[in-house]
Amino acid sequence: MSSKTAVLKERIIKQVLTVFAFSSILFLFLIFAFILVEGLPLFYKAGVNSIIFGMKWAPTKGFFGIFPMIVSSFLVTFGALIIGAPLGLGCAVYLAEYAGKRQKMFLKPALELLAGIPSVVYGFLGVLYIVPFIRNFVGGSGFSLLATSIVLGVMILPTVISISYDALMSVPRSYREGALAMGSTKWQTTWRVVIPSGKSGILASCILGMGRAVGETMAVIMVAGNALKIPGSVLDPLRTLTSNIALELSYASGDHRMGLFSTGVVLLSIIMVLNYFANVVIRRKVIK
Amino acid sequence: MRVNPRFTDALVRHFLNLQAYFTVGLLVVIVFIIFIKGISNCSLSFMLTYPEDMGRHGGIFPAIMGTVFLAALSIVFATPLGLGTAIYLTEYTRESRLTTIIRFGVESLAGIPSIIYGLFGFIFFVIKLGMGWSLLSGALTMTIMILPTIIRTSEEAIKAVPRNLRIVSHSLGATKWETTVKVVLPSAAPGILTGIMLSIGRAVGETAAVIFTMGSSLRLPASLMDSGRTMAVHFYILAREGISMEKAYATALVLVVSILAINILAYYTMNRVIAKYS
Repeated sequence: MSSKTAVLKERIIKQVLTVFAFSSILFLFLIFAFILVEGLPLFYKAGVNSIIFGMKWAPTKGFFGIFPMIVSSFLVTFGALIIGAPLGLGCAVYLAEYAGKRQKMFLKPALELLAGIPSVVYGFLGVLYIVPFIRNFVGGSGFSLLATSIVLGVMILPTVISISYDALMSVPRSYREGALAMGSTKWQTTWRVVIPSGKSGILASCILGMGRAVGETMAVIMVAGNALKIPGSVLDPLRTLTSNIALELSYASGDHRMGLFSTGVVLLSIIMVLNYFANVVIRRKVIK
Repeated sequence: MRVNPRFTDALVRHFLNLQAYFTVGLLVVIVFIIFIKGISNCSLSFMLTYPEDMGRHGGIFPAIMGTVFLAALSIVFATPLGLGTAIYLTEYTRESRLTTIIRFGVESLAGIPSIIYGLFGFIFFVIKLGMGWSLLSGALTMTIMILPTIIRTSEEAIKAVPRNLRIVSHSLGATKWETTVKVVLPSAAPGILTGIMLSIGRAVGETAAVIFTMGSSLRLPASLMDSGRTMAVHFYILAREGISMEKAYATALVLVVSILAINILAYYTMNRVIAKYS
């Protein structure tokens, strides 16, 4: 092959790869464009306030209020965090600071496998074990904020564990050695030196865990009870933004379908804000 | 009163140890329940026969094939795109504003929840492009969803290939592309394979994005334009509509065992890469 065609070939390959690399941007743009195009018109038609702060969802009768679902989405997300974050952070600290090499080789993959269990399976086991447990021993129907928070709390564990583990591992060894040399115990070192240094990554892991919880759908549908009200207690059923979409998309048409895309617009906004914060938190550390 | 720090240290160690094993215990319990409840209804004939009466009787053969088709197609679409992106980011360009934008795109795609992919795939592929509920709509939606995983893992794998290999290849007169294909990619192959396997696992377990794009027909899809059902969707419908708990557990068993097998294989492959370079 002459060198001229070789150069040409290289150039073509580079062009093709550039196009490939931009496909992610294109897909992101398409996703936003289509969700917005389908979801925004209703905000004009029905009014932003009556959708975001509306209490009544009866899309076939012209009521598109999703306020209870927004509140419910936040409630289950915080519930998941309350249950998942301490447990996940504990696991991450144990893995990063305490576990021996052998133990780590077994624990780390086992914890990562939790991420592989499909969300429908979590939901199914939630319905068969957690919901009846709450019904029998705590009260209510069992389909509740509490059940949803427990299931989601378990589901965000892999996210919280793996990201805060990476954050702890990126704390320089010399920090630990310095603290230990001053006579601190392992825990004093971890608590006063390692955790504060890995703080931003730990925070990011919780924010990303929230993103996971707010976006989870199938497991939530199965255990939340899907009632269209703001739950008055942890034992009340609720419906999140995601489950609203998934429950009705298969049969909705016209304005009703648009209402589901409006729900999607709100959900997408919440997710983007959470991802933005996670990024800011991580980047701040890099600059420092 | 001041507590002895050594005592606190020992206490915390045990407490954290307990947390870690409790969490692993959750995984064990989940797998154990599915196994115990599913094994009695799960046989080779369950996997190889067609369902009858909405899945109340018979097997899950079309759902298994639907899962295989969906995963295979999305991998076929996503691998060239994802690998190409990773090669571009690592070999063909320097860190710049452009790569920041591309990385932002990849990160954002990774953060978008599956139901949004379902909404998008439904309106774009199913409705606007007129593909209907079909294997193709499902696979294209899934392609976008697994793209970030493939890009990230491939990028990591390519970055881990020692620089010397590239320099030697260039000095022997190889072009950048020849170096990439003949030197870099073979060394990075196990890492790239890990990403592909993780993506397969993702496609196999996904429900929300698949049910609104591929539909839920119980027939074996005969073409790209046919609707079909994956195991995850079949399991969801069996459980949610209360069609048959026995069949639901048995389906869950096949589903969970396949996903665990794929993920364990992925982990094993990755560990071999780490062992090779360290």
